[in-house]
Amino acid sequence: MTDLTGLTLKDALDGLKARRFSAVELAQAHQAAIEAARSLNAYVLETPEEALAMAQKSDARLKSGDAGPLEGASLGIKDLFCTEGVRSTAGSKILGNFIPPYESTVTANLWRDGAVMLGKLNMDEFAMGSSNETSAFGPVVNPWRSHGSNRPLTPGGSSGGSAAAVAADLALAATATDTGGSIRQPASLTGTVGIKPTYGRCSRWGIVAFASSLDQAGPLAKTVEDAAILLRSMSGHDAKDSTSLPGAVPDFAGFVGKSVKGLRIGVPKEYRADGMPPEIEKLWAQGVEWLKDAGCEIVEVSLPHTKYALPAYYIIAPAEASSNLARYDGMRYGLRVDGPTLTDTYEATRAAGFGAEVRRRVLIGAYVLSAGYYDAYYLKALKVRRRIADDFDQAFEKVDALLTPTAPSAAFGLGENASDPVAMYLNDVFTVTVNLAGLPGLSLPAGLDAQGLPLGLQLIGRALDEGTLFQLGSALEKAADFRAKPAPWWRP
Amino acid sequence: MAIDAATVKKVARLARIRVADAELEPLAGELSSILAWIEQLNEVDTEGVQPMASTEAVSLPQRDDVVTDGGDPAVILANAPKADRNFFVVPKVVE
Repeated sequence: MTDLTGLTLKDALDGLKARRFSAVELAQAHQAAIEAARSLNAYVLETPEEALAMAQKSDARLKSGDAGPLEGASLGIKDLFCTEGVRSTAGSKILGNFIPPYESTVTANLWRDGAVMLGKLNMDEFAMGSSNETSAFGPVVNPWRSHGSNRPLTPGGSSGGSAAAVAADLALAATATDTGGSIRQPASLTGTVGIKPTYGRCSRWGIVAFASSLDQAGPLAKTVEDAAILLRSMSGHDAKDSTSLPGAVPDFAGFVGKSVKGLRIGVPKEYRADGMPPEIEKLWAQGVEWLKDAGCEIVEVSLPHTKYALPAYYIIAPAEASSNLARYDGMRYGLRVDGPTLTDTYEATRAAGFGAEVRRRVLIGAYVLSAGYYDAYYLKALKVRRRIADDFDQAFEKVDALLTPTAPSAAFGLGENASDPVAMYLNDVFTVTVNLAGLPGLSLPAGLDAQGLPLGLQLIGRALDEGTLFQLGSALEKAADFRAKPAPWWRP
Repeated sequence: MAIDAATVKKVARLARIRVADAELEPLAGELSSILAWIEQLNEVDTEGVQPMASTEAVSLPQRDDVVTDGGDPAVILANAPKADRNFFVVPKVVE
């Protein structure tokens, strides 16, 4: 029954509903695949007992006709989501054995709709990283390899475990989060589909906080339609998150396959990074042609402040992180390293609990917020953020969506960018603008490079207009006809 | 602006993270190169621009001031590194 893991979420849901296989069989097939793929390090915690219990309940509901929209679907959960009674670490030693006494709203929504949890997925520590190398559990290995090479590649980050699990058929789909590109960049590097929805679409309650004005949850999936199905269940207003948006959640899957004729697509000329491989340029041009062929009107637009988005982000996100991570003081939960005084205990705990990248960002955050620097750095960055959002507002007067590359490169080798923080940060050059402006962004696989590695394209939409992204995404998906899968070299 | 080892020490103290003396210089170098890259923000004219702390234009909603949760110390203390009866045990803070 291992071929069940090759199904899309949509096909699996159809198969479950038609009783062609059971939720238990589906979960067991995934468990076997997960066990055979431990060398990828995608899961930091497998939960076969929970999966079996949830799948049995799903089978009972499928039998009695009370099935929810995700009934019986085997999913992986990024370890940033708190799951009641199941260890949740955010990829950090400081939360080493934290067992949440509550469930995040997003995962609660998934269980309400009948989904089954396979386990918790690896990630960069506190979602800070673009290669999964900052995880306390060690990096995830990308299921994709370059032609004729055994060199381990990164799946991207921070949702690297989610992306690798979906790419390697270790889950039908997975939850992920995106603060500067952490859904879309891994999607691009693993040949999967990911969407960061509009800020406020998914509740942040119960998701370990990194930078609260930027953090958003979203799905990683095998197809555009699967992403639409999963996002609908994840979304919805939640009184427990004051930034959660009121209003009904659209049936996102209903936009899949709709004609895109007459839609105006903006191509921002500033999205050409120095040293970007010509293959990415070519794929972008190909994407423009595909949308033109589908009846879209192409408009060149300018987003003049694009190059300032990353430096602004590297003030705003660390500032918010330094505040959010102040809670890890060793007193109420997580790691404690005792010292002679209270301050010694705090300092020793946080020195032992935080990895190098988290420490770096907390220090930058504390610096830019400290007396004498607040105006020069933090306030300046918030003003630049407004400029970036204004750029988008002006562009969306002329167009319905934007098309850009997702990432400036294909998957790179583990360790390759580890010594230069700024070089690593540049991975998010095309994705981070969207977080600063609070807009939805979708990445989908559009082709392979000469090395046989996947490359993604990104669609950016107006706030609350995920529907148009699914519509355009499905048109691009159809045109690109991306069917490549990584060879399963990891299976023993 | 380049920051020196003394500044790193001060900021680390503010952030309550112990940094070994041997690490101060290398960290100062790393943080300085990040801050030097960030300096390009000064090229942007932000005269009269309102700072944007949130992407949402709405004011924060308010809820009724009523107790919605609580009364379960065992659950609250379940993850505590040290607990005694219904209390977190913390290092002595008052001499």
